[in-house]
Amino acid sequence: MKNILITDPTLRDGSHAVGHQISAAQIAAYCKAADAAGIPIVEVGHGNGMGASSLQVGLSLLEDGEMLKIARENLTTSKLEIFVLPGFATINKDLKPALEAGVDAVRVAAHCTEADITERHISFVREKGKLAYGCLMMTHMVSKETLLEEARKMESYGAQGVILMDSAGAYLPQDVKEKVGILAEHLNVPVGFHAHNNLSMAVANSVAAVEAGASILDGTAKGFGAGAGNTPIEILVAVLEKMGYSTGIDLYKVLDASDVAEKELMKVLPSIKPISVISGLAGVFAGFSKHVERVATEYKLDPRDIFFELGKRKVVAGQEDLIVEVAIQLSQKRKTQ
Amino acid sequence: MDSKKLKVAILGSGFIGTDLLIKILRSKYLDCTLFVGRNLQSSGMSKAVSLGVAVSDRSIEAIAENPKNFELVFDATSAHFHQIHAPILKKLGIIAIDMTPAQVGGMCIPAVNLKECLDKDNVNMVTCGGQASTPIAYAIGQVHKDVDYIEVISTIASRSAGPATRANMDEYIETTEKAVKVFSGAKKTKAVLVLNPAQPCINMQTTVFAKISKPDMVAINIAVDDIVKKMQKYVPGYSLVISPTYENNRVITMVRVQGAGDYLPSYAGNLDIINCAAIATAEEYAKRKYGIQEY
Repeated sequence: MKNILITDPTLRDGSHAVGHQISAAQIAAYCKAADAAGIPIVEVGHGNGMGASSLQVGLSLLEDGEMLKIARENLTTSKLEIFVLPGFATINKDLKPALEAGVDAVRVAAHCTEADITERHISFVREKGKLAYGCLMMTHMVSKETLLEEARKMESYGAQGVILMDSAGAYLPQDVKEKVGILAEHLNVPVGFHAHNNLSMAVANSVAAVEAGASILDGTAKGFGAGAGNTPIEILVAVLEKMGYSTGIDLYKVLDASDVAEKELMKVLPSIKPISVISGLAGVFAGFSKHVERVATEYKLDPRDIFFELGKRKVVAGQEDLIVEVAIQLSQKRKTQ
Repeated sequence: MDSKKLKVAILGSGFIGTDLLIKILRSKYLDCTLFVGRNLQSSGMSKAVSLGVAVSDRSIEAIAENPKNFELVFDATSAHFHQIHAPILKKLGIIAIDMTPAQVGGMCIPAVNLKECLDKDNVNMVTCGGQASTPIAYAIGQVHKDVDYIEVISTIASRSAGPATRANMDEYIETTEKAVKVFSGAKKTKAVLVLNPAQPCINMQTTVFAKISKPDMVAINIAVDDIVKKMQKYVPGYSLVISPTYENNRVITMVRVQGAGDYLPSYAGNLDIINCAAIATAEEYAKRKYGIQEY
């Protein structure tokens, strides 16, 4: 029976859903539940990763070090993972202290054509003897051939797996099949897939990824994540079991963990709001939705207009400042009409 | 050779070095006597040859062999290599303008501190994002002495970032944060760099967020307009996209930098701004040497 490695970024991607306000007690509660369920890797931190707490993408309630300390104390068998995006995080300020705090695995991410900015960070993690994965973000923007070229760079830097992220929730299963498929065929390291649920495709796309050769999948409790959320981990585990794959995760306990998350972490359950559908269609990073909602209210605009305009400009994660620019321009345009 | 021109060499034949060369060929005060890289086959080298400029593939050696031929060297290699080159250039008595974020010499933002840089033999041009954001942060810091926090975000087109820029992401952040802090006096600063892969390429854009307890928006707008005019004297493509605006308890200002389209197309404002700043600095050395007054 083929094994699928499940990574759980509930406490990282979910950070977007609550404006990066996850508390110490919430981290502790969910880590305990995830650990008990046997989830192999638990990812913790600001939604945009280490060193990302900022006016641009949102200030965190807790410092990075504080989050890692609490997670470390509450994980026994699950590995503790962080997300690192060069351009926000640096080796000296962020990565070094995180590894000293007991992090086991690091995902070093870059937008889909930018793999070479991850070289130093991936090498650093490997030199320290920790697990290093490469993540390509906003992968709907480029062809499968480009993704393969970028993924190969990550592999050459020492990445022990490459994860394609559908950061805008824009993929359909056919896209997954092609893009994951070409990587699985040509890379010598495992390939992973990280879904967003904007078009209600997260589980279907994850299934398509496995069928195309992926052996790493991401899921979050009840889909708690940016925008419309991610693949619900408890459903993912059940579906994989039904398909005959093993995950090493206890189904009852992961179902319990998702209830713990709903009770402790979520004000509202993730759902596909109209703006999430538009965000998926427009190919805009799912993490923008809270910011767009706020700015739309402030400038009395339809958030859907903002999303389409952002899509036209092909914005990527980290360009949240453009939301205000687009809003100011749209409201000026309205005045002149 | 024009006797009233400062003899300069460019070290590094990447995007920055090659764009710098094209700009220097237009300068009234600078004469590029050598363009130096490591590979004669690179596209930057070919460009230099096609422009009739003397080239060498022997890196710093080419400078060290004929030090009399150079009064000033632009080092557009990488932070790592500038650490090696800096002491050599110092020993040779050649002024170094450091285009990398190595921070060996004093930081120079021409619109802010050009005059005081001229006494140094090594000046650091900070970063492209630093050249775009620091003047705005400085203007805000001139109005308010108690700025709590300044955050600067630059987004550049993926195509405009060469291999050294990509390898120097961490140094970019550290150097930019330091420049913004030193020149604005803010208690805390943060810098972010985003590479955008979109096709067609996006223009370089920089946002400055400031947290100030009671911002005087009128005074901030006057100070920012003033510094933008100063910037435009040496970076023609520098413009305000969003004037200082109070939004969500912070002051947000956005600038865009359109390049002159010399080596890379005009989206690469990041090359233009740091290169224009470096040339403005080098020309000031030249003017001082030849006693030229120009206002």
